[in-house]
Amino acid sequence: MRTLLLRSLISRAVTVDAPTPDSAALAEVGKALETRARKLFGRSITIREVDAGSCNGCELEIHALNNAVYDVERFGIRFVASPRHADVLLVTGPVSHNMKVALERTYAATPDPKWVVAVGDCACGCGVFEGRYAVVGGGVTTVVPVDLHIKGCPPRPIDLLKGLLALLDKATRR
Amino acid sequence: MTDRLALLIAKRQPLSGHRPWTRVVVDDTTWIAIGRELGSGGGDLISLWADVEAVHVALRPPGEAPCVASIAVKDGGFPSIGRHHPPAIRLERAVRDLYGHMPVGLADRRPWLDHGAWGIAAPLGARTPAPARDPAAYEFLPVTGEGLHEIPVGPVHAGIIEPGHFRFTANGETVARLEERLGYVHKGIDALTTDVEIEQAARVVARVSGDSTVAYSLAFAHAVEEALRIEPPPRAKILRGVMAELERIANHLGDIGAICNDASFALIHAYCGIFRERVLAAADRAFGHRLMMDKIVPGGCEETGPGAARGIMLMLEEIEPQFAEVVRVYDATPSLQDRTCTTGIVGRELVTRWAAGGYIGRASGRDFDTRRNHAYGPYADAKFDVPVLTAGDVDARVWIRIREIEQSIRLIKAWLADLPAGRNIVAVPKQIGRLEGVAMTEAFRGDIFVWLRILDGRVARCHVRDPSWFQWPLLEAAIEGNIVADFPLCNKSFNCSYSGHDI
Repeated sequence: MRTLLLRSLISRAVTVDAPTPDSAALAEVGKALETRARKLFGRSITIREVDAGSCNGCELEIHALNNAVYDVERFGIRFVASPRHADVLLVTGPVSHNMKVALERTYAATPDPKWVVAVGDCACGCGVFEGRYAVVGGGVTTVVPVDLHIKGCPPRPIDLLKGLLALLDKATRR
Repeated sequence: MTDRLALLIAKRQPLSGHRPWTRVVVDDTTWIAIGRELGSGGGDLISLWADVEAVHVALRPPGEAPCVASIAVKDGGFPSIGRHHPPAIRLERAVRDLYGHMPVGLADRRPWLDHGAWGIAAPLGARTPAPARDPAAYEFLPVTGEGLHEIPVGPVHAGIIEPGHFRFTANGETVARLEERLGYVHKGIDALTTDVEIEQAARVVARVSGDSTVAYSLAFAHAVEEALRIEPPPRAKILRGVMAELERIANHLGDIGAICNDASFALIHAYCGIFRERVLAAADRAFGHRLMMDKIVPGGCEETGPGAARGIMLMLEEIEPQFAEVVRVYDATPSLQDRTCTTGIVGRELVTRWAAGGYIGRASGRDFDTRRNHAYGPYADAKFDVPVLTAGDVDARVWIRIREIEQSIRLIKAWLADLPAGRNIVAVPKQIGRLEGVAMTEAFRGDIFVWLRILDGRVARCHVRDPSWFQWPLLEAAIEGNIVADFPLCNKSFNCSYSGHDI
């Protein structure tokens, strides 16, 4: 362990540089915010992740946001354990009928003002699970209002970061 | 006793067009005899699934090739195998929910995947309209005794994890019983792979459990190739192996880190996270996708990017010595082992009875690895060791993963040093008629089973069975007598797939 700790004194940071906010995502978030009451959170924003029927691929990449390479906390973005502590719900999956009520309850338990980000093709309503009896169809927006869509199967961590930074940028700008 | 199961099957005439295992149609008496044999330890249950008119069971008699037995559904039912062999119970409840076929004699009449939210019953069978039920209305098994209290957890959990419900009954801090309720992420994989083009089914099967996308695509490709009697080029076989082992390394790294993190040892978690990121970045550069999703297709695999082999080799050279150092830290930290050793023990008897694959079986003395026991593709000529331990605790499941990472690195290096040139894909011919194929691959968490029927060039029916089906029930056993606070540790060391199980 000593070697590991000593090495950390001389090695360079493993974190990637911060990406610029995605312009398409910025535009979408901006539109959503215009039509709602704005409340500033200050710099920090808290996220509650909800898997509404994903294949767990999106979860792997969301997880990666917390590793030492992406280190999302340095941007003032933090994952929390309860929807009651959250500003943002990050929802993955096509919304299976079996998860619909749980998603609605999680949304209801999140205090206002709140944002919903649909992550991945399934959540955006264009994944492979569309069209049969087991999912609601049309993605997360069918069940709860969505402010930002981040597509990809799954979206890369850097794309998630771009989307979230766009959200943060807009949420904290007067 | 050992070959009684094989004898039951051998008496029947195998159906033509089912490859590579034999498939036989059996009567009620033989079907029940198979159930009894499985129940008395005469073989492994590989899977149990249904069709509109039949129910199938895949099994492995000891020391023999696996096979499939089918029974026609009569009066809307079939004799339950689960009443004799408990590992079949949840599979039979799923068959009843999806197709409406009643497992006759099964005591557990509760639905499993059907939470009463689909608007219909038996979505792959009669599709009769069904009123919505309260999703919380589910009869958990009764637990009685003085001083017991219940702790309901989920479906939405505290971390970034998949949804499922755990009902703990605790006596103080000690867990008296855990009962799982799953099915929340049921997406209708069976319906999505019924009567569709092969390419479409391949994309769905690649997303049964995202963390095992390579292993699923490989199993699906093998099943199609077996059914259609085609052979992928040598280069594709090796590249498929490289992808499968990269997936194993990435997942094991994630698991080792997460287990240590749940024992409050964030240092190892941080390092494993960096290593995992390096593996995914190398996979991205080589194959154009971090998780290598959809890169293996029936007939071969997609071509690699320029310098792929060199990039992967350099990455392995970089992380191998650093990982060894992290392993030394794990090995030399008693406070960490204080949490992992003797926690969440699963006995050998249970993993054998449940035919539990992967690190869960191998940490409890079950010496089985599909790559060796039913060698396929690049593994037929490969040299690697299958680590087996007997302690059956969280620590043993960590060590199996550590040893497997070392073996996977060895495999990839040997393959890439001698990567065949040439084509990487052959065309999938459109064949008229009914052809059936079956395949098993070893995903990072255990053996994946895929069975499919191709009718005139389209997938008529496809069944996938995640290793988690036979691992989730053992988690209930592992936590018994442990403290509630150790559940995250036990759960991470199992890391069962919700999506793969809920199909």
